[in-house]
Amino acid sequence: MAENWAKLFGWKKGGIVSIGFILIAWEISSHFVPPYLIPSLAVIGQAFLKVVTSWKMVWHVLVTILRVMGALCVSFFLGAILSILMGFVRKTEEYILPVLHFVMGVPALSWVVFAIIWFPKVEMRILFILVACCFPNYTLELHDGIKAIPKELSDMIKSFRPTRCQLFTKLILPSLVPPILTTWKINIGYAARVAMIAELVGATTGVGFQLLSAQEKFDMPAAIAWTLVLVVFLLLSQFSLEIMEKNLLKYRPVG
Amino acid sequence: MENALEKVIEVRNVKKVFYLPGKQEIVIALNLNLTIYRGELVAIVGKTGCGKSTFFNMLLGLEPPTEGQILVEGMDPYREFASLRAKIGAIFQTDRLLPWRSALGNAMLGLEIIEKSKKVQREIALEWLRKLGLAGFENAYPYQLSGGMRQRVGIARAFAVNPHILLADEAFGHLDQVTATQLREIFLDLVKETKTTCLVVTHNITEALEIGRRIVVLGKPAQVLLDERIPQFSSPREREMYEKRIISIIGENQDSGLCR
Repeated sequence: MAENWAKLFGWKKGGIVSIGFILIAWEISSHFVPPYLIPSLAVIGQAFLKVVTSWKMVWHVLVTILRVMGALCVSFFLGAILSILMGFVRKTEEYILPVLHFVMGVPALSWVVFAIIWFPKVEMRILFILVACCFPNYTLELHDGIKAIPKELSDMIKSFRPTRCQLFTKLILPSLVPPILTTWKINIGYAARVAMIAELVGATTGVGFQLLSAQEKFDMPAAIAWTLVLVVFLLLSQFSLEIMEKNLLKYRPVG
Repeated sequence: MENALEKVIEVRNVKKVFYLPGKQEIVIALNLNLTIYRGELVAIVGKTGCGKSTFFNMLLGLEPPTEGQILVEGMDPYREFASLRAKIGAIFQTDRLLPWRSALGNAMLGLEIIEKSKKVQREIALEWLRKLGLAGFENAYPYQLSGGMRQRVGIARAFAVNPHILLADEAFGHLDQVTATQLREIFLDLVKETKTTCLVVTHNITEALEIGRRIVVLGKPAQVLLDERIPQFSSPREREMYEKRIISIIGENQDSGLCR
């Protein structure tokens, strides 16, 4: 059973051993430390089951997932437009890149503050914070991907005199599949963590809101259960992306 | 020579200059004049770095000459880029295969660009892969093929669009001698079969004499030092003497230091 789960997340034997070790150490500690600090695995399990078996609770998870995926789609779209613009009109690079580097230097917490001041609606605040944090990653990664397309391949395909659209679909887009997958893998984890902070700004739904409630009630099992839900979501999304990667990048030699 | 008077490529007083940072000029081609007629098989030889590949790129229309004019099928390949669609095929020094496409997908590339129907694309590409001895390897990705096989796919891709003119730039230069010789023979047979006008750019004089019916020797910067029909050799000795003559022509031409 444990091996099947490990396989699902791409862990090797060492991964099961180290996770098992942490679980055992946690369980032993729970017998010596008050349960409101380190609850036993059984209590955490119950809290976790409560979250995943109640539709009311699952709704909070779905809301967070929707917020993360929605913001990532907007960020990806924005990043794709900007990177393609820089790829086709080289001059725009000198205007866009410095702004991107500046935006990347702004801490996530500053975006939270700006969002609270600028936007009255909670959903708009969360979307703004997530997009501001994630779109520069997409833009820069895709921009690098476009620049890394070998001139040899570009000249080869141009020798057939393609239209701009053909050049895009037959060379640029397939070349960008690896950076697109890599950026999605990085950004899903990053966006989920930022979403937790973003959901603290007045949201009444979502995993972040539930974590805040758990903190207010000093409910450690619930805090851990909600954290676990998020981690499982991240692991599952990474796993789905890896399956996509295996299918889309099967043209690469297996190392 | 049938159709001998029909000009396919005309290169008139071409000069090509590259500008380095600091406005330093490097003259790649100077007073380059050349006419290629339909059905000819011309080998262009010259030292490494003499501007052969730049000349190749100018013929393909990937870059313009700084001065002078190039006409391919009566059109400027750079300014009238799209008009020459499917008229020029190119085989490059390395295979330049798209790694995400199978051998068949790569051979179909040009046919997709000229918008043949899916069925026709597949039929033509399969036929060319078969002609090049790649039957059974249609679904292999480039990394699963040897260097020689990959170059065969590159050749199939160029022939598949049925071009009027075929340009090959050091197409066999990176292969081992046995593979290169085999591939040259196959290539020559296909050129004869399709009666395509063909320009083969190479630094290898033996290869030039094997492939070409006419030889053009380029100096550095690119300008024509010799342009003549390759004679029929009655003995290996005669051929060797001819090779030596070409080497001495190239050797006598010093880089005229047109870098300022």
